[in-house]
Amino acid sequence: MSGTNEIVGTTVGTTVGVAVGRHDEPARDELLRVEGLTHVYGDGRNGRVGRDGRGATPAVDHISFSIARGETLGLVGESGCGKSTTGRMIVKLLSITSGRVLFDGRDISGIRRRADVAAFRRQVQMIFQDPYASLDPHATVRDIIAEGIDNFHLVSSGRGGRGARAERAERVAELLDMVGLRPEHADRYPHEFSGGQRQRIGIARALAVDPSFVVCDEPISALDVSIQAQIVNLLQDLQRRRGLTYLFIAHDLSMVRYISDRIAVMWKGRIVETGPADEVYGNPLHPYTRSLISAVPEPDPRAERARRRVEFDAEAFAAGLGGGGLAVPLREVDPGHWAAIA
Amino acid sequence: MSEITEDSGNVVETGGIASGAAASGTAASAGGDERPVRVSVRDLHVTFRKDNLDVHAVRGVSFDLRAGETLALVGESGSGKSVTCRSLMRLLPRNARLDGDVRFDGRDVLALDRKALRDLRGNRIAMIFQDPMTSLDPTMIIGRQITETIRLHTSVGRREARERAIRLLDQVGISDAARRFHQYPHEFSGGQRQRIVIAIALACHPDVLIADEPTTALDVTMQAQILDLLADIQRDTGTAIILVTHDLGVVAKAADRVAVMYAGRIVEYGTADEIFYNPRHPYTWGLLGSTPTLDTERGRLRPIPGVPPNLAAIPAGDAFAPRNAYALAVDERYEPPFFAVSPTHAAATWLLDPRAPQVEPPAEIRWRWRIWHELQHLEGAA
Repeated sequence: MSGTNEIVGTTVGTTVGVAVGRHDEPARDELLRVEGLTHVYGDGRNGRVGRDGRGATPAVDHISFSIARGETLGLVGESGCGKSTTGRMIVKLLSITSGRVLFDGRDISGIRRRADVAAFRRQVQMIFQDPYASLDPHATVRDIIAEGIDNFHLVSSGRGGRGARAERAERVAELLDMVGLRPEHADRYPHEFSGGQRQRIGIARALAVDPSFVVCDEPISALDVSIQAQIVNLLQDLQRRRGLTYLFIAHDLSMVRYISDRIAVMWKGRIVETGPADEVYGNPLHPYTRSLISAVPEPDPRAERARRRVEFDAEAFAAGLGGGGLAVPLREVDPGHWAAIA
Repeated sequence: MSEITEDSGNVVETGGIASGAAASGTAASAGGDERPVRVSVRDLHVTFRKDNLDVHAVRGVSFDLRAGETLALVGESGSGKSVTCRSLMRLLPRNARLDGDVRFDGRDVLALDRKALRDLRGNRIAMIFQDPMTSLDPTMIIGRQITETIRLHTSVGRREARERAIRLLDQVGISDAARRFHQYPHEFSGGQRQRIVIAIALACHPDVLIADEPTTALDVTMQAQILDLLADIQRDTGTAIILVTHDLGVVAKAADRVAVMYAGRIVEYGTADEIFYNPRHPYTWGLLGSTPTLDTERGRLRPIPGVPPNLAAIPAGDAFAPRNAYALAVDERYEPPFFAVSPTHAAATWLLDPRAPQVEPPAEIRWRWRIWHELQHLEGAA
């Protein structure tokens, strides 16, 4: 395993830019770059040192990708594939066992100082799956949304006292309006809202500090169909208006295809395929991607009657690779479309 | 639209004229279907008394379920689909009031005594839920959970029950069943647990299987396997299935007929093809418009605005009207009756009243209607 991983690691760092442009040129206007990112649960070292945990399977195993400014990268895969772990490492909610995260050209994987982490958090925010669990039930919507504003002193202190309070209220009202809620909602508590409205509150909170990059971790999975579409439209609208960049993590493949410019498919802690969304769906190259797409039912009975599901046989696939294990490096099969196949 | 309001005296009558299966507002099964009706529900109402308020969870639901078919109940949370299902087994909390007529093989379910009810639940109707752990005992090996069900409802001995349980596990795709018989629920994955629940549900050969969001918590490949498993079981045993889901992809894959629910009522019902390719109710349009297919282009998703109504204070007229871009003036005052579209298809929308204006549905619905015409054409040619 380690031998192959070495290869993947080096390949990734040098040639496999897995991404926007061709591998031989730097990604246009790259905002986020992840190199050889690895997480081993229970590594016990708070992530500073290299791979540890002999015998432990890494939840995320040497993955690399990059995201251009204003772009949405969809990260898909089944539960336990490491997609949420990846998102959490990027926002520094989880330690990095090894590898690097470069944000706007700066390696943030090693930053420690509180001021540095805070500065990073102003740039990078996260939206969670369960808006209810992530909102303080005892705080008003105003205080929830203003938390970031307060932490980062985003209200000009020069005005002081009443002036600052008014500015803060104004800012909260603006944010509520932006996510489609009403100003009077500011005085209410999370339990007074529906799931969709709570997710709007979560979005307002994330955007309060005016970030440039947002990790959306299954943001619509817990919502009803009509509300899912509302939230997805809101996210797209905000992206256009504010030039946001998204990492959109989800298991709902149709919605991911819909919202993403590019997609990365994860399987057992690795990216097995990545490319433009339409390419990955229209012409899946990796047998795992094929099996995944062939299992997504569509709201179209005629398509369902014609559907032929293909199962991914990991053992047969590995055997076909000739004893190298499953850790095949990604290779560019079509321009911008990479797959971990022989 | 003003015609209808002015002439409101005739409105309800007009609705009543709607012919065939639709006249009674019943999601009855296909005309000419000879399969026996297993479950028949007429004008079901369920009201919960909560904090001195009446929450109208189900407001006049009617449908038939025949042997061997799968009926999908589709709708958002709070639409009444789960409460409807639980009513069939009378699995409702104490503060629920149940009115209407529910029959299982002709027997009045609402009049059953405790013993008869237990017999019905164990032997005739089985239910599986979204979270398999709702049905599994974490402290008991799974084999015993199956054999207990078998022995509770049949008179077979221990050894025979054990053999049957292993066969069932094998049948639902648990490999190495004889060994895994002795394992606890936590030793299985989510998908395997749902398979075990299905094995328990099948243990007494139910005539009706109610599957309430059975795959919502599962990954897509596991979901596909479970849906295939249910289809196989249905083919082999003729079990009738009620599938509750909000996922229109799952409906398209698994359902023969579909009833779309909103705010405690069925608003449209028909065969799966009728609902997906010839939808007539703006709420059905909204659900379809909210769900991307793998071909939906960017910017083409059309959510339904707003949120479902508070079931303790349902507005007068059509409960969907406040969210309905196609609402007519009449919707604010009169609840629409069912209008028949075909002997198997009806929708409760004033848009189908002959006096209503012709409206152009959203582009993705027009695309579906075109497929419908193609299908009709093909059928005509055949």
